[in-house]
Amino acid sequence: MNRIIEKEFITPEVFRMRIEAPEIAAKRKAGQFIILRVAEEGERIPLTIADGSAGEGWIELVVQIVGKTTKLLSMLEAGGSILDLVGPLGKPTHIENVGTVVVVGGGVGIAPAHPIAQAMKKAGNRVISILGGRNRDLVIMEKQMKAASDRVMITTDDGSYGMKGLVTDAIQKLIDEGLKINLVVAVGPPIMMKFVSLLTKKYEIPTLVSLNTIMVDGTGMCGACRVSVGSKTKFVCVDGPEFDAHQVDFDGMMQRQKMYQVQEKEAMENLKK
Amino acid sequence: MKEVPAGPAAAEMEEKKNLTPKERLQIPTQVMREQEPGERIRNVKEVPFGYTDDQAKIEASRCLQCKKAPCVAGCPVSIDIPAFIKYIHEGDYKNAVHTIKNTNILPAICGRVCPQEEQCQKGCVVGKSLGGTDKAVQIGKLERFVADWEMSQGKADPPAIKPATGKRVAIVGSGPAGLTVAADVRREGHEVTVFEALHKPGGVLIYGIPEFRLPKAIVMREVENLKAMGVEMKYNMVIGNIHSVDELFAAGYDAAFVATGAGLPMFMRIDGENLNGVYSANEFLTRANLMKAYSFPATDTPIARSKNVAVFGGGNVAMDSARTALRLGAENVYLVYRRSKTEMPARIEEVHHAEQEGVQFLLLQNPLRIVGDDKGWVKQVECIKMELGEPDDSGRRRPVPIEGSEYMLEVDTCIVAIGNSSNPLIPDTTPDIETNKWGNIIVQEATMKTSKKGVFAGGDIVLGAATVILAMGQGRIAAAAINEYLATGKW
Ligand SMILES: Cc1cc2nc3c(=O)[nH]c(=O)nc-3n(C[C@H](O)[C@H](O)[C@H](O)COP(=O)(O)OP(=O)(O)OC[C@H]3O[C@@H](n4cnc5c(N)ncnc54)[C@H](O)[C@@H]3O)c2cc1C
Ligand SMILES: Cc1cc2nc3c(=O)[nH]c(=O)nc-3n(C[C@H](O)[C@H](O)[C@H](O)COP(=O)(O)OP(=O)(O)OC[C@H]3O[C@@H](n4cnc5c(N)ncnc54)[C@H](O)[C@@H]3O)c2cc1C
Ligand code: SF4
Ligand code: SF4
Ligand code: FES
Repeated sequence: MNRIIEKEFITPEVFRMRIEAPEIAAKRKAGQFIILRVAEEGERIPLTIADGSAGEGWIELVVQIVGKTTKLLSMLEAGGSILDLVGPLGKPTHIENVGTVVVVGGGVGIAPAHPIAQAMKKAGNRVISILGGRNRDLVIMEKQMKAASDRVMITTDDGSYGMKGLVTDAIQKLIDEGLKINLVVAVGPPIMMKFVSLLTKKYEIPTLVSLNTIMVDGTGMCGACRVSVGSKTKFVCVDGPEFDAHQVDFDGMMQRQKMYQVQEKEAMENLKK
Repeated sequence: MKEVPAGPAAAEMEEKKNLTPKERLQIPTQVMREQEPGERIRNVKEVPFGYTDDQAKIEASRCLQCKKAPCVAGCPVSIDIPAFIKYIHEGDYKNAVHTIKNTNILPAICGRVCPQEEQCQKGCVVGKSLGGTDKAVQIGKLERFVADWEMSQGKADPPAIKPATGKRVAIVGSGPAGLTVAADVRREGHEVTVFEALHKPGGVLIYGIPEFRLPKAIVMREVENLKAMGVEMKYNMVIGNIHSVDELFAAGYDAAFVATGAGLPMFMRIDGENLNGVYSANEFLTRANLMKAYSFPATDTPIARSKNVAVFGGGNVAMDSARTALRLGAENVYLVYRRSKTEMPARIEEVHHAEQEGVQFLLLQNPLRIVGDDKGWVKQVECIKMELGEPDDSGRRRPVPIEGSEYMLEVDTCIVAIGNSSNPLIPDTTPDIETNKWGNIIVQEATMKTSKKGVFAGGDIVLGAATVILAMGQGRIAAAAINEYLATGKW
């Protein structure tokens, strides 16, 4: 059982939660995630560690409500506790001084992009962050990202904030400005990562993406999270979650994410009743 | 429910204290009552009900009490089988359990899942005389009977614990190997912590082997017994990630036992394996057992709602997957196996139960590719028929494809149950633990010592996917060596 220290809604659909987890906080590195369960008969769901303090012994999650478990999690309050919490899982992001790094966060993907931006900056890189959302409300953590980056660009699909367009348009703009980009790290919806990957491939910019496949155990035991990378089958929970974007079969991955759509919808409707 | 002939009444048996071997051989093998197949595929309750008191005594009277008992030689932990059977015959169940527990702390589990026909019952003189292992004294069923009897008596007395030594042992993994070592090491007075990656203990006993074959309450009870002995259980701890083995030593542990199992699912590397509806057996069984997906939506973890299921493989894992699929409501479950029935590695009882329940065996066939529909879901699997050729390295006749025999099987779910290899997490994060080319940890067989000082290993991580009792057997050897190492400090 891990105690919830704070909970706050950032947007109507997205909340952040600070949880007491001293051992995980001491160990976690950028790019790693946890798996949690909120109820005895509950599902195990993976969530990226968006922030943490080894000294104070907490980690922070930023979660978008998409289905039953994230909804149940959002209903927990400070002072309550998380039934099961396991982590840190997955391989940490490879952090190195490569020069200029563009960190792209889409929607709730901005949260996991944040510790990566922080670590890249700390390693001496010039960090340019691009935050994308469908509208103004969905662009989260602007302040934190500004603190972690040399420059921040914001895009919204509807133009309600920042530049109108997609994160790929912002990357294109940087390229057109003549900027030499050494690495792109993109975290967000699979479709966004796919298009970022297509663009950077054209310009031969090394690109990392953090994949969010369906998971069960998170220890390499079940293979639910498998994805084809460079036509080899990889397990996202242990081989990833980060991979060379140009090798990832995004279409296959997006297809697998739909595996339980019907059941997930039912579960959500039952919950509403 | 089928009535099983009970044989001569127990009271009558009691009178005949001194049966001749010939008379004993005439006593019919006692059969456990079972849920009817049509009924049991609609629930997840255990299939056999276990012996009645009378049945157990009668079955026990079949044993000839051999001097050089071949059954004992066949049991990987050398249970004194004639002795415990004699106690059962005399109605002294307490001593029967104690006899078993001298060498096997998990009899309720082994009685249910050991491949007895390959082990203790294989050499049984009664079986040999009557011309078939199925006619051997039903050692496993007797073992189960007394273990269940003990449980029905309420709390088991925790074994005596020696005075505290101040030494600490870390056990990584809570499958049968880890649990065995926990008990044996704790008894010596050492402090024991079991670290388990999942949120529940038991390893394959919890996430793999289904409820209808091994009720989870039995596993949980054994863990409660360990806790009563003072063993500390820590869940949600992936060693290698949260703490490395070296960090455990730095934190004050004096020895470690690695029992992380063979939890890495193998795939077939055929086309279509990443389509929706294709599962590893591990995923399918974990969703069903550990996460109780069979109760969805009352529980939260979903599983495919399959109509036609193909399971690839012929071992226990394949049988468990096929029988679980039936219980989840599938109309047709095909078991596709590339050899013939005699080569199937599954326990005979499981094959038999699977057949009774309506699993359709497609023997001497092999999947070639899985074909999807336009939405990425499994639609068909292409299979090819095989025939048995020359024996291969394993001594089994090698299956060879019959050209031109390909055909399409209409399915919406495929379950790959062709085996598991060892979990690489610990070796990857502890490079000074040596492994072989399959990733299994290399140990000295007499002690289960690894190449790293203070670290022992056993069970599937050493053996590759093996059995519960072999994992426990290695655990016993390791525990003895750990106790000695902690007493002498000599590596
Ligand atoms: C490594 C990793 C890190 C992640 N980090 C975050 C994070 O920091 N913040 C955040 O909000 N979300 C994150 N996710 C996604 C999050 O796990 C899912 O949103 C969550 O599991 C949905 O559960 P649910 O019961 O609420 O919804 P469900 O009803 O189960 O599903 C709703 C939708 O989410 C998708 N989904 C279901 N299960 C998963 C799953 N296990 N992984 C990914 N997608 C799934 C489904 O395709 C469906 O469209 C991460 C996923 C992974 C694999
Ligand atoms: C479906 C199925 C059916 C089977 N049926 C039978 C049968 O009928 N009879 C029989 O004798 N055998 C059977 N077996 C085989 C038997 O279950 C195994 O041989 C046995 O469980 C191995 O025991 P173990 O203790 O070595 O490992 P496991 O039981 O595999 O336990 C290992 C444990 O370690 C944990 N772990 C792994 N990595 C870490 C880590 N880094 N940190 C912390 N914890 C970790 C795992 O989560 C797991 O709980 C079956 C196996 C399967 C999969
Ligand atoms: S432990 Fe297994 S092999 Fe040994 S006697 Fe019991 S059932 Fe037979
Ligand atoms: S071999 Fe068979 S008959 Fe002989 S002691 Fe063992 S169980 Fe009894
Ligand atoms: S989640 Fe099970 S192997 Fe990755």
